[in-house]
Amino acid sequence: MTEPQAIQPSAPSAVPSPDRTLAAPVENAPALEMRGITKRYPGVIANDHIDLEVRPGEIHALLGENGAGKSTLMNILYGLAVPDEGEILLDGVPVTISGPSDAIERGISMVHQHFMLVPVLSVAENILLGEETMANAIFLDRSEARRRIRELGARFGFEIDPDAPVGSLSVGWQQRVEILKALYRKARILVLDEPTAVLTPQETEEIFAVLRRLADEGHSVIFISHKLYEVLAVADRITVIRRGRVVGSRTPAETNEEDLAELMVGREVQLTVDRGESHPGEPAFTVEDLHVQDDRGHEAVRGVTLEVRAGEIFGIAGVAGNGQDELVEAITGLRKPKQGRVTLGGRDVTGSGPRKLGAAGLAYVPGDRHRFGLVLSFPLQDNLVLTSYHKSPFARGLVRDDQACEDWANRSIAEYDIRTPSCDVPAGTLSGGNQQKAVVAREFSRDLKALVLDQPTRGLDVGSIEFIHRQALAKRDAGTAILLVSAELDEILELSDRIAVMYRGELVAVVDGRTANREEIGLLMATGRREESKSPIGAEV
Amino acid sequence: MEQLFQTLYGIPLLGLVFQLGGYLVDRLPSIAPIVLGLAAPIALGALCGVMNERSGVVNIGIEGIMLIAAFVAFVAGAFAADAFPAEGSDVFGVTPALLIGVAAAVISAMLVSLLHAWLSISIRADQIISGTIINIAALGLTGYLNRLIISANPRAGAGTFKSFNPPDALVDLPIIGWVLNMFLDQGPIAMIVIVLVIVLQIMLFRSRWGLRTRAVGEHPKAADTVGIDVIALRYRNVIIGGAFAGLAGAYLTLEATSSFQNGMTSGRGFIALAAVIFGRWTPIGSFGAALMFTAAEALGVAIRFRPPDGDLAALGDVMTAIPNQVYGALPYIITIIILAGVVGRSIPPAAVGQPYYKESRA
Repeated sequence: MTEPQAIQPSAPSAVPSPDRTLAAPVENAPALEMRGITKRYPGVIANDHIDLEVRPGEIHALLGENGAGKSTLMNILYGLAVPDEGEILLDGVPVTISGPSDAIERGISMVHQHFMLVPVLSVAENILLGEETMANAIFLDRSEARRRIRELGARFGFEIDPDAPVGSLSVGWQQRVEILKALYRKARILVLDEPTAVLTPQETEEIFAVLRRLADEGHSVIFISHKLYEVLAVADRITVIRRGRVVGSRTPAETNEEDLAELMVGREVQLTVDRGESHPGEPAFTVEDLHVQDDRGHEAVRGVTLEVRAGEIFGIAGVAGNGQDELVEAITGLRKPKQGRVTLGGRDVTGSGPRKLGAAGLAYVPGDRHRFGLVLSFPLQDNLVLTSYHKSPFARGLVRDDQACEDWANRSIAEYDIRTPSCDVPAGTLSGGNQQKAVVAREFSRDLKALVLDQPTRGLDVGSIEFIHRQALAKRDAGTAILLVSAELDEILELSDRIAVMYRGELVAVVDGRTANREEIGLLMATGRREESKSPIGAEV
Repeated sequence: MEQLFQTLYGIPLLGLVFQLGGYLVDRLPSIAPIVLGLAAPIALGALCGVMNERSGVVNIGIEGIMLIAAFVAFVAGAFAADAFPAEGSDVFGVTPALLIGVAAAVISAMLVSLLHAWLSISIRADQIISGTIINIAALGLTGYLNRLIISANPRAGAGTFKSFNPPDALVDLPIIGWVLNMFLDQGPIAMIVIVLVIVLQIMLFRSRWGLRTRAVGEHPKAADTVGIDVIALRYRNVIIGGAFAGLAGAYLTLEATSSFQNGMTSGRGFIALAAVIFGRWTPIGSFGAALMFTAAEALGVAIRFRPPDGDLAALGDVMTAIPNQVYGALPYIITIIILAGVVGRSIPPAAVGQPYYKESRA
């Protein structure tokens, strides 16, 4: 095994650039040092004198809530934003990074949260793109590229088929393609932005193994996350950012989840809301043998049967794209089921439209608040009556009662702690957490029998998540039947009284929410079975 | 053998199908060169479409670009013919005037494409509207200039390129002879089409340019993050694509005919777009689609001049009973059927028609 070059600060690459040809790397310098980085946007200081130091062979976690300034810092590192103050040093040498291609050339690669992969192109084509291995001036050297990709994969512990179309790979494998893409470009510093957001626990473990191997080979990894236990599990060092400032730096040995959460949020946070006892009553909401087709006419939901009792939270876990969207759409009246029956409070409501369902006592917090939850360009107060504007007191005959709407909006804003300058600003100007609170306020204040929550906290900060979870539990205690669909396993585990796992359009298992085991559910999510099986395209080496 | 056909042809109704088959096999060699000639401008237009759409730009202005190029080719050729009168060369009948006409057509088409590129890439205007503007402007502008320049002072123009006459030894080869004849009994522009199609096919799937083009058409942001200049690549593709549409225009006035008529592209640019879709955004596929469209047209011509007779008299009666306009309409009918999505599902590049906003460095 030859020692990879990456451990040594590598020699200047072929393209000359003043600071790389003139200054020699400093001995024992950190691979990356960011000093006093400050970035102001109108009205906000996104980064306020941030210092960050990453050593070769280190996995460095950057922890912070959404909007804390992690992304701005990484955009500066990747040349997408120009800092107002401060400097960046690579191997002890000050540099100016002019853009992504410059960053890549200097050995910095970024794996974006939303993968930057072209689904219809093959693994090899995606990896080659922008950094093509050429047979001559015009044509690609595809066999050489395949060989190098296989070799790289083997070095980091997995086998990958360079000719497989990326769109056919699971998310976990797509992530490996992103990492290979970085390594193919000889990245020494690898930035991963929320890499585990879309992965099952098993896939997360596998990616962590890959990251550790990278670190062992002398690469530096910057791992951006807001998941505390993951950061503790994989990082060598943790830097916490809050409101644009570094508020602490820890090693996993000297900290714990509570400590990190407090640093991150700035106050004590209850990480898991105490869900208390639930007192399930009669079945309030049932689905029998439901079959639903997706837009392409494939059967996405294949015979789902479930029953949610009043005063219970029924969680559906599953990797995104296993039919959850179609199931939720069929239940909430947005999509006609092909077969099956849905009842609400004992009445058959199969195929009823959203308004009829709403009148029957069903509320729905959609997974995509931008597309389905809110009309972003409408004022907040209009959004708060979107599902009830046609009824008294908001409508008097054909005329809308503006005063009633406004009073209602102000009451909701106070009750649900929606931070907004007024109820007249467009909903789109609020932060994600406050937008979601608005949706929750609107839906939760209806006369409810049953509630469908689809990814209710996706992309929200810890504080908002805590708030929404509390509200959901309060509704449960008030006797509402709640169906919770989420790809976020923690959320399912925290709230659900019973948990079903959805896999390829079917519910493959229902387990008790209080005794459920994280690994078991993860495995069910990934394979639909309880025992270990082979990965879809390549075996672990 | 003869007997077998006689029997098959004699079957009531079903026999007509066999007769049609027999007729096609019999006539195909003689209409094949016509089919390719008719397909040439459509295939060139389709190459323009592939270049545009593979990089994420919708161009429905191909029709207009072609028409402008046809006009410019004729006028430039006519003036050049006055300035440099010359005898045509032995092969293809090339004269300086013809070459100047072709060059002018290509350049004018690239300029109009530049306008489309600017509107749809930099200004981020609606690309359908930009294309429509080009089509309408082309029709009006060429019609007006036609009256102003050509009708007012009729001139012969630069004439046409001549077809190459392949040696009889080649044409008479069994089985492949007629295929060779199809590709060789052509003028220079029609002959080069097949070369362009193959080159572009290979480039698109094997070269660096092709990989980047496909990536930009599918997921421009992904391409941008690995340092590819999305805007520049789109400009380049739209403008080079325009050159193909320019060649198509030159073919119409310098190779197929020697004159310019108002609106003479008569929908070929739109059929080219249908060919792109039918050919699933590949050069070879769209070329095949173009051939299929024009085969229907050529069939109409063949039926008019040599209707089925002899053994095939029954078929001939049926065919001649159908008004000739129906055959003329065939390519358009096929186009409608294809655009309505009857022939399988054809998936366009994901980012087609979407302007790219580069994240500004702030």
